[in-house]
Amino acid sequence: MHPAPSVIIFTSLSGLGFGLLIFLGLGLPLPTGITAFIYFALAYVLAVGGLMASTFHLGRPERAIKAFSQWKTSWLSREAWLAVATLVAMAIYGAGLVFYGIALAPLGWLGAFLALATVYATSMIYAQLKTIPRWNTPLTSLLFVILSIAGGALLAVQIPIALALLLGAGIIQVAYWIWGDQALYNSETNMASATGLGDQGSVRAFEPPHTGTNYLLREFVHIVGRKHAAKLRIIALILMILTPVLILSIDVNIILILIAILVHTAGLFVSRWLFFAQAEHVVGLYYGKR
Amino acid sequence: MTQLPDSTDRKLGLVIDLDTCVGCHACVISCKGWNTENYGAPLSDQSAYGENPSGTFLNRVHSYEVQPEEGAAQLIHFPKSCLHCEDAPCVTVCPTGASYKRVEDGIVLVNESDCIGCGLCAWACPYGARELDAAEGVMKKCTLCVDRIYNENLPEEDREPACVRTCPSGARHFGDFADPDSNVSKLTTERGGMDLMPEQGTKPVNKYLPPRLKDKMEEIDILAPLLTPVAVEPKGFMAWLDKTLEKI
Repeated sequence: MHPAPSVIIFTSLSGLGFGLLIFLGLGLPLPTGITAFIYFALAYVLAVGGLMASTFHLGRPERAIKAFSQWKTSWLSREAWLAVATLVAMAIYGAGLVFYGIALAPLGWLGAFLALATVYATSMIYAQLKTIPRWNTPLTSLLFVILSIAGGALLAVQIPIALALLLGAGIIQVAYWIWGDQALYNSETNMASATGLGDQGSVRAFEPPHTGTNYLLREFVHIVGRKHAAKLRIIALILMILTPVLILSIDVNIILILIAILVHTAGLFVSRWLFFAQAEHVVGLYYGKR
Repeated sequence: MTQLPDSTDRKLGLVIDLDTCVGCHACVISCKGWNTENYGAPLSDQSAYGENPSGTFLNRVHSYEVQPEEGAAQLIHFPKSCLHCEDAPCVTVCPTGASYKRVEDGIVLVNESDCIGCGLCAWACPYGARELDAAEGVMKKCTLCVDRIYNENLPEEDREPACVRTCPSGARHFGDFADPDSNVSKLTTERGGMDLMPEQGTKPVNKYLPPRLKDKMEEIDILAPLLTPVAVEPKGFMAWLDKTLEKI
């Protein structure tokens, strides 16, 4: 899959933003006044900024509002509803904390639940696709959710929880890679089933339909970036998991927390880049590519 | 709503005969010609005469080499367009309701004025049947020439998809798969019409007829018994040379 920067930024940042909202909703921490304002502003900048970035990959962004209509079948539509519901609930909860110093706890819990559901809906947009075997697994949802709450815990300065979640996220990330490397093969979709010619002999793509490229190849077949995948996986693990864990095991202060958050986010971008760049769409088989 | 209908009254679709297709790409051209001028946004080209030409097509012809265990490899031309799946994954993922499957004839269409160009339907399609038009920013796909097949302004023989009408080798057939006596149903039964990627669970309506197995000519050579056989084993100096060279 083509690793579009808008989608990588959207899923990473909105994941962090909604992760922070989960902890704020649970009252971990329970700030008031100006501190609460800073926390909520950060969460909204990340969550809303991510959502805005996602509209950049639309062909017709001016019609984006129509995406709310198909919640019965479409995970993209469900994500839009859940995101708005979360932001509304948490805005009221946040206003209580900022302006009146009151925690409307049940509303906070509802907001936390909705934020979690939003991240799950985002993950299901990818996990539902049978056409991309590497994504078509519950591990995708598990990875998106645990990365979101691990990042959220880091932003909410819940250090012991963050450390446990980061290590958990690292394990799931590695499991996802190991499973994913076999996914296309195990999907039983191959050139033989794609062309239906497997019974007659071994199938090889002889000539593509056109000498030039096309939308399908640009969008779904991304080979160049996979060259350094193994190195990038290690970089992602070091930045996203190991460095923040190491830093925060040594000492906890504002500077170290900021560094840990920045390094984690950089690693998250690398991991999310790999998530797209390494995903093989079965349509590539028609072109003899993966 | 992008919910799929439980069933459709008719199941219009194509049969594509891989045995007969000669790979001339006439269906590609007639498809682009008809569909760029008629229903919906035109099928744009980018840099059509430049260094890196690219464009939107609803039908593309691949060519595959099939190497059987014995005998010569065979070249198979393979036209591919939307298969109008019964369980179309492209429809249910659409967030706006722009993609839909018609109850009356099973055709999968895009309402372009509702399409936001998110591309998710193209992600969900295993066949590469949908292409986002770079100029219009909306998703384009085969309409089964919905503006031809019911068009009473056209002479009756033209009321079939442009690709079928134009195919010079008769490799494409259009009809109703819900009717067991239709031409397409009969062809599918007689020739073992197959689904592409059946394991994806899309239940495609379009069927592909596999290439017929090549028959073998019995070798009849009336002169052979009269000819002296060519010596396989070398003799004399050549035999010595052969042996010596083998040893080196």
